[in-house]
Amino acid sequence: MSMPFYVSPEQVMADKAEFARKGISRGKSIVALEYDGGVALISENATTLSKIGEIYDRIAFAGVGKFSEFDTLRKIGVRFADSHGYAYSRDDVRGKALANAYSQAMGEAFTREMKPLEVEIIVAEVGDDSLAGHENSALYVVKFDGFISDHKGYCVIGGNVEDVQGLLESEYSEGLSQEAAVRLGLKALKGGAADNGNMDASTLEVCALERSRSGRKFTRLSTDEVQGMLDG
Amino acid sequence: MLIRGNYQGSSFFELLRTDHPTLMPDFSPWIESAGVSIPHGTTVLAFKFADGVLVAGDRLATEGHRVASRDVEKVFATDEYSLMAISGAAGPCIEMGRILSVELEHYEKIEGQALELEGKANKLGQMIRQNLPAAMQGLVVVPLFAGYDMRRGAGRLWKYDITGGRYEETEFEATGSGGIYASESLKKSWRPDLSADEAIAAAVTALTDAADQDRATGGVDLQRKIFPIVNLATNKKITRVDDATVEQIYRALVDERTVGGAS
Repeated sequence: MSMPFYVSPEQVMADKAEFARKGISRGKSIVALEYDGGVALISENATTLSKIGEIYDRIAFAGVGKFSEFDTLRKIGVRFADSHGYAYSRDDVRGKALANAYSQAMGEAFTREMKPLEVEIIVAEVGDDSLAGHENSALYVVKFDGFISDHKGYCVIGGNVEDVQGLLESEYSEGLSQEAAVRLGLKALKGGAADNGNMDASTLEVCALERSRSGRKFTRLSTDEVQGMLDG
Repeated sequence: MLIRGNYQGSSFFELLRTDHPTLMPDFSPWIESAGVSIPHGTTVLAFKFADGVLVAGDRLATEGHRVASRDVEKVFATDEYSLMAISGAAGPCIEMGRILSVELEHYEKIEGQALELEGKANKLGQMIRQNLPAAMQGLVVVPLFAGYDMRRGAGRLWKYDITGGRYEETEFEATGSGGIYASESLKKSWRPDLSADEAIAAAVTALTDAADQDRATGGVDLQRKIFPIVNLATNKKITRVDDATVEQIYRALVDERTVGGAS
């Protein structure tokens, strides 16, 4: 009878984490920035496959890593939000609850599954001044092992987080305009990119949650709109 | 809730059926008498005009011979380009409208692209068919569905029967207890090239005619300032005609029809 080799739990976790990190580090970064009129999400993405998507009225999703995995997570989020909003009210769908649910699901997948998810995600929620207790925007990052963190002002996921984050740390300030936020986001992404700077409006995916909109606040900016912001 | 789901597709209606059956409205256990003891909506109409399609409805809901509500909204936008108008058992109708609007939004978010107008109309037909057992017991849901078809650059409208049968109308349609009178009125005023202003006037006139002949239709309630809902779907999305405009048209109509001339 053959006996399986003993591998310590620490080793299993470390191996899985390394595997997941390797997968994610190949991906390009995404930044989310709060600005005076909402939250902007900016990603380097020359393809038509979106990395950023709408979840609900005030909630957006962004994912890096393996497309099939984070897109499945996005769809799960839409199903979660729509059924919650249908069962209760639209205002009861909150980013924190969704981020927590993601954290649990991803944490469970990390411990249970042979192959961990090779993804990191952002859940962004824009504040609404007309709803008591909902005034502030919120940014959550969930990692491949379910580790969840909340962020003020900006957050970054993807391959080269340190460099991008470093630049934002020194240059981000509150109350930016949308144009300034998109320009800063692009600058930060360029700073962190390996090929440093082959990015323009046509290779960016930019979405925003705009505070001033009523109902569904998510909007996807066209290449022309992004170009206008970069020129302005 | 997040990880336990089994449904993988892009329909919210199917998602409810598969993963949240307790949230799925099912009116089939109701007994036959429910048909009269719950609120019913009365007259709604829809017709094409030069820029798109108009959908209007009165505000009254009745429960047998009693007024259940004077300001119920029977016409609502299901998304930015489509409208639904309901007559019949109010509860199931309103719930169906609610599910349809989530359905359209859900599909758009999951697929990254909105349904075509025809796809939306077809989905509504399937939902009505699901309600057939309840419809057989008197809880009939027969809405009108209309919208602006961006691909064809035209307004379109559909009516339904209780089996989910879907019929596209080329001119105008009115349903509910006063529907027949509204249709008779529209027959005289409708033309395919009505301007927006003419269309609004035709709709207010038709609802006034229906209220005049059918006791369950509300018409204009000047005392409480409750006015019919008139919505236009054009290539500039959906606009609701403001109450002041409806009031002005109604007052002019009354003046014109007052015996011995306007006072």
